[in-house]
Amino acid sequence: MTSVTAGAGPEHDAALVACLFAVDPGGFGGVSVRSGCGPGVDRFVKLLHRLLPAGAPFRRMPLQVADGRLLGGLDLAATLQAGRPVLERGLLADADGGCLVLPMAERLPLALAARLCAVLDNKEVIVERDGFACRHATRIAVIALDEGYGDDERPPAALLDRLAFHLNFEAAHRGEVQDLPFDADQIEAARARLSAVMAGDAVLKAFCQAAAAIGVASVRAPFFATRVACVHAALAGRERVSDADAVVASRLVLAPRATMRPAPPAPEESHEDSDDRDQQQNPPENNSLNQEAGNGESDAANNGKLDDVVLESVRAAIPAHLLAQLEVPAAARRSSAASGRAGAQRQSALRGRPAGTRSGELKAGTRLNIVETLRAAAPWQKLRRQQSRSERVHVRRDDFRIKRFKHRSETATVFVVDASGSSALHRLAEAKGAVELMLADCYVRRDRVALIAFRGGAADLILPPTRSLARAKRSLCALPGGGGTPVASALDAAAALADGLRRKGFTPTIVMLTDGRANVARDGNGGREQAEADARASARMLRVAGLASLVIDISRQPHPSAEQLAADMGARYLPLPNADARTLLRAVQAVTAQTAAA
Amino acid sequence: MRPIYPFSAIVGQDEMKLALLASAVDPSIGGVLVFGDRGTGKSTAVRALAVLLPAMKTVVGCRYHCAPGSNGAMCSECHERANQGRLKTQLVPVPVVDLPLGATEDRVVGALDLERALSQGVKAFEPGLLARANRGFLYVDEVNLLEDHLVDLLLDVAASGENVVEREGLSIRHPARFVLIGTGNPEEGELRPQLLDRFGLSVEVKTPTELELRVEVVRRRDQFERDPPVFIEKWKAADDALRRDVVAAKARLNAVEVPDAARERAAKLCMSLGTDGLRGELTLVRAARALAALDKKSRVEDTHLRRAAPSALRHRLRRDPLDEAGSTIRVERATADLFGP
Repeated sequence: MTSVTAGAGPEHDAALVACLFAVDPGGFGGVSVRSGCGPGVDRFVKLLHRLLPAGAPFRRMPLQVADGRLLGGLDLAATLQAGRPVLERGLLADADGGCLVLPMAERLPLALAARLCAVLDNKEVIVERDGFACRHATRIAVIALDEGYGDDERPPAALLDRLAFHLNFEAAHRGEVQDLPFDADQIEAARARLSAVMAGDAVLKAFCQAAAAIGVASVRAPFFATRVACVHAALAGRERVSDADAVVASRLVLAPRATMRPAPPAPEESHEDSDDRDQQQNPPENNSLNQEAGNGESDAANNGKLDDVVLESVRAAIPAHLLAQLEVPAAARRSSAASGRAGAQRQSALRGRPAGTRSGELKAGTRLNIVETLRAAAPWQKLRRQQSRSERVHVRRDDFRIKRFKHRSETATVFVVDASGSSALHRLAEAKGAVELMLADCYVRRDRVALIAFRGGAADLILPPTRSLARAKRSLCALPGGGGTPVASALDAAAALADGLRRKGFTPTIVMLTDGRANVARDGNGGREQAEADARASARMLRVAGLASLVIDISRQPHPSAEQLAADMGARYLPLPNADARTLLRAVQAVTAQTAAA
Repeated sequence: MRPIYPFSAIVGQDEMKLALLASAVDPSIGGVLVFGDRGTGKSTAVRALAVLLPAMKTVVGCRYHCAPGSNGAMCSECHERANQGRLKTQLVPVPVVDLPLGATEDRVVGALDLERALSQGVKAFEPGLLARANRGFLYVDEVNLLEDHLVDLLLDVAASGENVVEREGLSIRHPARFVLIGTGNPEEGELRPQLLDRFGLSVEVKTPTELELRVEVVRRRDQFERDPPVFIEKWKAADDALRRDVVAAKARLNAVEVPDAARERAAKLCMSLGTDGLRGELTLVRAARALAALDKKSRVEDTHLRRAAPSALRHRLRRDPLDEAGSTIRVERATADLFGP
């Protein structure tokens, strides 16, 4: 009965996570699985279901679930029948003691994520709806299926932070799960043993240190690592967390959260240790193989080494794709993200996503939500029938529920800033200023702002679409400048980003700050002629896509090539020599206002 | 009821803890906004505060927990009963009411009591969360994600201290004075400035950077999750001591003297920072007074002003995104200029 099999590839990790998860689903918050959709994920989800205790609920939550269904509220049918208000339990309360599967988690709205997070934190659902006030104890685990492409499509960070396991089926395999390292009896035994399993201080310290080394700020990461280590020890029949458990836990919990590469180990220290600890040089999974169950307790003398072992295992386990991300500056990688995907592009006349209902008068321009209106009227039927002595359904003015839509003028402004050549610094600084002013001013209109900077060989997404000033400030604080002018790549990146935003229901406007003199072609090579041809081609693509755009030339002496570029893009051209952030903002706002109104 | 993590077991985060305690000592400071990174124990602290609050005296049977003898701030029912004779009083825990995301408007402001209307044909008012939070705390987690129409409602009630209900044929007004506590993550969206201004104090929390502290956070959390009753018992003495401090500070509060010099310094500080309106000064002085009371001092000293200044002022600075320094640093700079390093 080996506790850990060798060859800790992603397939093995999936099987291991399934076993660990099954021991105490509610204690882990849940699992996020990133993958394309396919049989692999389905099999994995089925496996999780199979390993749960018998009878544990396993529910699916559709993304468009309404608050009433999610949290609970008035049960329309039962209320009409009973003639008194009847409470319906929501999906969350129904899933108590089991799992909630969340397909397409990458599209989960923040507001919905916040409701899930509240339940994960408080272990209860607080219902304050439709005249009911109650609390349901709700200990659930969330299985978030993340089918996002590219790096901008991820489940909300707040939710991910609360899920212990982040699996990735994307790169290495399609989710084929190998034989389970533990059988059902072992899992059952581990459930009973779990409360007695303790982790020593050395283990906690090693987790905290490793988390800090890979730039993970949230305390939930080391906390979950501790939980996982305890569960792993319980599965292996130990009552105390061994180094091997710590290594597995750090690999599963900490490594996928890395936001930076850990600094290489200090050479002299690792040298001293190398004599009495050969295994450290081996990959960590082999290390754990050598440890017999029950005898791998970390004693005080080992403390310093455990830190290194854990960090080393994290370093070895940071997924390759994550490393690549950490190397490449923000997102030159996004160019391939959104091409050729079809989807509902726009909704009809009353645009915007429905955002619940509220009571109100029926006036021109409002829409009645019939079901909600009936729901409001339902409890009163018995009384009203008695009063009027008729059997009709009585709906009165107080019952009217009006559909609310999200602001139809939710705009997104994509700044595309030329960071090449000599004027780069000035231009960047002003664009940055305009972005921040815009965000500082946008709480009312709920606009989003993104910034793409282009220089040298490529265009980078410096600031993904956001309405958070805090985030913008952080992303914008260090912007490099200088180098060639790859106008074509910039336009392509802007078009892809704007296209994605449009799919999400925003009205994008592209604001390009450049003098228009392209000298780097799409393939990254120099050569003014090819570069300009590419730029014009990309500009025309933008016009065909029908994206509203604005070209601003803020160089001292405006150059005709910028005007030409604007003409190709179908953009408005605005020479603004010596523009500062505020002038820029005014110009941009004038254009976006028109776009939103159009 | 699920077990609550003890307040005194929270590691670090001194500014947040102090702000919450100050608002418990003097509710008129006007609430606390806690903004910060994920996993820093924001909501843990707020929920822990609830356990710490001393009991308050209320009129028996009053649904708004009216305070006996506070003529101006009583509900109409208590007024009537007070006129007829003496009010019976009782001690109840200070309410800390959750306003969950997804709450409907009728539950927030209150609505017609369906059960009674249907079974007895009585038109009775079923109080909402605002009524329940009267004289206590109203807690909104993820306050920046609260729906706009609920935010408008809160703004209105927080300003007037009174909830006016005109719906379903009811016309009711009742006192709704509460300390608004909000938590959130700034990366998920900014707060409207009107709402920002309603919070007396605002705190930014960060994950502790020292390894020892982080280890301690994880260790205590693990112990708590393992066996909540034992953990709570272990910290009970510390929590009790803290509660006594709050009670003593509350009793001492009115006797704490605010010298003219202190008021002058507060005003100077606000002027040099260019805060809008007088609310900043007022809050700063009140918060400093609460801190002095917690410190068992009889008068407000410079150290209290200094400690209160960042929380009381950082969210009131005129937003200038072009100024690189965060508002915390600007406040600290201004205090250093005024009080010396």
